[in-house]
Amino acid sequence: MAIRLFRKKDEGDKRIKIPEGMWIKCDACLEIIYKPEVERNLNVCPKCVYHFRIPAMERIRTVTDEGTFDEFARELESVDPLNFSDTKKYVDRIKEAKKKTGRNEAVITGKARINGIDVVLAVLDFEFQGGSMGSVVGEKVALAAEAALESRFPLIIFSASGGARMQEGTLSLMQMAKTSAALARLSDARILFISVLTDPTTGGVAASFAMLGDVIISEPGALVGFAGPRVIEQTIKQKLPEGFQRAEFLLEHGMVDMIVERSRLKATLTQILRYLSSAGDR
Amino acid sequence: MILQYLDFERPIVDLENRLDQLKRLDDGTDKGVREEIGKLEKKIGKIRKEVFSNLTRWQVTQLARHPNRPYMLDYVNLLFKNFLELHGDRAFRDDPPVVCGFAELDGQKVLLIGQQKGRNTNEKIYRNFGMANPEGYRKALRMMKMAEKFNLPVVTFIDTPGAFPGIGAEERGQSEAIARNLLEMAHLKTPIVVAVIGEGGSGGALALGVGDEILMMEYAIYSVISPEGCASILWRDTAKAEVAAEMMKITAQDLKRFGVVDRIVPEPLGGAHRDHKAAADALKAALVEALYPLLHMPTAHLLERRYRKFREMGALKKKAGGAG
Repeated sequence: MAIRLFRKKDEGDKRIKIPEGMWIKCDACLEIIYKPEVERNLNVCPKCVYHFRIPAMERIRTVTDEGTFDEFARELESVDPLNFSDTKKYVDRIKEAKKKTGRNEAVITGKARINGIDVVLAVLDFEFQGGSMGSVVGEKVALAAEAALESRFPLIIFSASGGARMQEGTLSLMQMAKTSAALARLSDARILFISVLTDPTTGGVAASFAMLGDVIISEPGALVGFAGPRVIEQTIKQKLPEGFQRAEFLLEHGMVDMIVERSRLKATLTQILRYLSSAGDR
Repeated sequence: MILQYLDFERPIVDLENRLDQLKRLDDGTDKGVREEIGKLEKKIGKIRKEVFSNLTRWQVTQLARHPNRPYMLDYVNLLFKNFLELHGDRAFRDDPPVVCGFAELDGQKVLLIGQQKGRNTNEKIYRNFGMANPEGYRKALRMMKMAEKFNLPVVTFIDTPGAFPGIGAEERGQSEAIARNLLEMAHLKTPIVVAVIGEGGSGGALALGVGDEILMMEYAIYSVISPEGCASILWRDTAKAEVAAEMMKITAQDLKRFGVVDRIVPEPLGGAHRDHKAAADALKAALVEALYPLLHMPTAHLLERRYRKFREMGALKKKAGGAG
């Protein structure tokens, strides 16, 4: 079986498209697949191992021990510091994202256990404004790092983001500094931070916490990079090579430690946690 | 140096040209010419004040990118002494858009790191238009570590459209290089003073921008994405850059209000490009004022203060009645 990691479909379409009905078409291999089978398979195509994007809560469910997730900082919400509006008002965009996802913001933070090991989690949600980092995402990631520092539990961050949130201007840029500063303290205290890159992780999120893991794991086929492919193409006026900025490209260039399929993720995290836990009691 | 002018500078420049002509005519004998010169000088002063007290954010953006604006190396000559440049990241290559070296600021030895755009075509290409590759940020980090080791304060000058978006840059980990600098600068055990002197373009600017005191020249800009980039994504039309500049609030005044910037360095009337020396004097005074109190701060206090500074940046609310 050929493993196809890249979507054949139009790059412009970034949403997860799982239409109604029992049969769906895989974004990558275009095979018609049975939806319940895909869901049982952690939203990975059973034919070509294409990893569908999944919402943050789904991610938490698949890597943590059942019933152990305890969310914090849920009450934090975005404001509109710049009074920003483009083709839509920023406040309306936020309202729509809340309605669509049932969440307050683009990241979920909390404590949980992974095979009995206590951890602090931050999971970005691409469905909420493209997982973009504004003040609330920056704050919650920093709070997660501080919670890890205080409890001395390892921190795991799952990234899925287009980058900084333009609608909060330079304040969103500063979230890169804020989150990285919090991780500096965690590193000084020798507490483990594992970064898991999922499709896509780009811009200001890639250029801050996502690339700062002691160990960096990527899901197969994830787009990971600083500049978006379109910007690079426009700047250098060349077509980009096949597979550019995909997880496999990063592995080849030494930028990630490993690529791990979703079905192996929990087991792999457990293994790393056992090697590098700093609490001294495991 | 050939002076170039922005559209909104045109009325001022036209009058100045007339003034120059009159001054050449003036041999001290003609009272009429004298009077005319006086009148014209007054008028120029008035118009300049009018134009410069009502600049739009897009006009400030143009001033920040003005081709005659003083660059990092101009300031090196005008406000530092005994500059000694150091090269290379010790891993891949020397990246010319980032310039590092030892320098003396008002008698205080510092490690200076800055971004350099280049004045003419050759220089621009050599400096990659001020857009650093990962090795530029890694060179800067190597210098910062050396400054920490030998107890030198760090001064950084920011002036870049952004980190370079290229194939090689991605292959060599542009995002990792930027991220690493953010983390390391956050806990570097020596004072860091940052000055945004021109264009503060996104992550590529911030990668030299984590410090204890953040200075910004009056007509510099500092933004999460260029106005053109923002317009192209949100409006799908780069012509909307002017609107995007307004929306994103990227001037020194805006950012002082948001707590991103600590001090605004006043520029000579008409902008830094009109008088490099005056701009350098003002920047020097501000740097000295910002740096000196930091030199005597205990390191633990310095680092706590730096942490709190960035930790508190942002705007958010707690939903009423929400549970922890």
